Amino acid sequence: MTIFLALILGAAFGAVLDRIGATNPNVAIRMLNLTNLNLAKTIILAIGVGSVLMFGGQMLGLVDVAHMSVKAAYAGVFVGGLLLGTGWAIAGYCPGTGVGAAASGRKDALFFIAGGLLGAAAYMVAYPSIKATGLLNAIAGGKVTLGTIPGAKYEGLTALPGDVLGIVLGLVFIAVAFLLPTNLRAGKAPAGAQATPAE
Amino acid sequence: MTLDWRIGGVALGLVFLLAVTLVKPIGVSTQFVILDGIIGDAVNAELVTKTEEGYTSTNAYLAKSNGKYAKNVANPLNYSFVFVVAMAIGAAVSAKLRGGIDKAERAVPEVWRANFGDSAAKRYGAAFIGGFIVLFGARLAGGCTSGHMMSGLMQTALSGYIFTLGAFAAAIPTAIYMYRKG
Repeated sequence: MTIFLALILGAAFGAVLDRIGATNPNVAIRMLNLTNLNLAKTIILAIGVGSVLMFGGQMLGLVDVAHMSVKAAYAGVFVGGLLLGTGWAIAGYCPGTGVGAAASGRKDALFFIAGGLLGAAAYMVAYPSIKATGLLNAIAGGKVTLGTIPGAKYEGLTALPGDVLGIVLGLVFIAVAFLLPTNLRAGKAPAGAQATPAE
Repeated sequence: MTLDWRIGGVALGLVFLLAVTLVKPIGVSTQFVILDGIIGDAVNAELVTKTEEGYTSTNAYLAKSNGKYAKNVANPLNYSFVFVVAMAIGAAVSAKLRGGIDKAERAVPEVWRANFGDSAAKRYGAAFIGGFIVLFGARLAGGCTSGHMMSGLMQTALSGYIFTLGAFAAAIPTAIYMYRKG
């Protein structure tokens, strides 16, 4: 049953990534150089919609709190984020979109995947020495959420009700998606774009 | 044709919601480690071994958390690995249905071409280096854009905010510096 769900959910995720342009490196790069933020608006709206419905579903008893999976906070999360961001800007791909792009016929994405497999292997080899630096030691309680979610196995960073906070933050994400301008660099056309009128 | 962001955003949000409702939050980058493990174990069968309690590995990373990764290397037909394979199929079918990607664009995307020219070798080299940095970073962070940013922020995870801050702090200046031409 879970394999069946993996097939359905995975295929849906891949198809949506393709349709929102996330697997297109031009779209990703124009988001990151701030000349066309449509993909950012898409992602921010998705986080907001997901958050409101997930926490709303939990409050109504429709979504099992135990399905949540919160990752640990440690200094390496920030350092790893910096590295990922650098590579994302260079290539225009992140792990999921790179795989989707390669599958849709982009040859450069195959090289991204090959580099990724080597990078992951390098981390596997370096893991004991990275662990020894303390970069992986939990900070601020490790696996924590911003508020305290009723019934969750994770601690809250604050005592605020985590489900209500999740809905409020979700609404904030939705508002930001609508308020964010499409181009943050006035006067600069999206890099490499054909001359299409602004929406 | 790219979907209107309002429709695309709701669709993407619903996929993330369905995943956490039915199984667990979406994540991708761990599967690069699992595929490395599968390849490594095919070359050297000593890499992942069965124990009385489960699986372990001569590699400390695969062996961590009671051999959680080692177990998935030994059994590739697990939810997370199949999810990523299905994701590739979904993207491929969707791209095909909207007419595919043209030949020149497949090798060198237009934004790269505008800034760095037509050389496919140059683009492939950059994509390879980018991939190396992205996956090394994702493993150090313990997740990527899917697991940390999307799933993490959606669940109000502190780690999701730390990751997102780091990722954009590096990605935006790098992209502005590298891709100047319009």
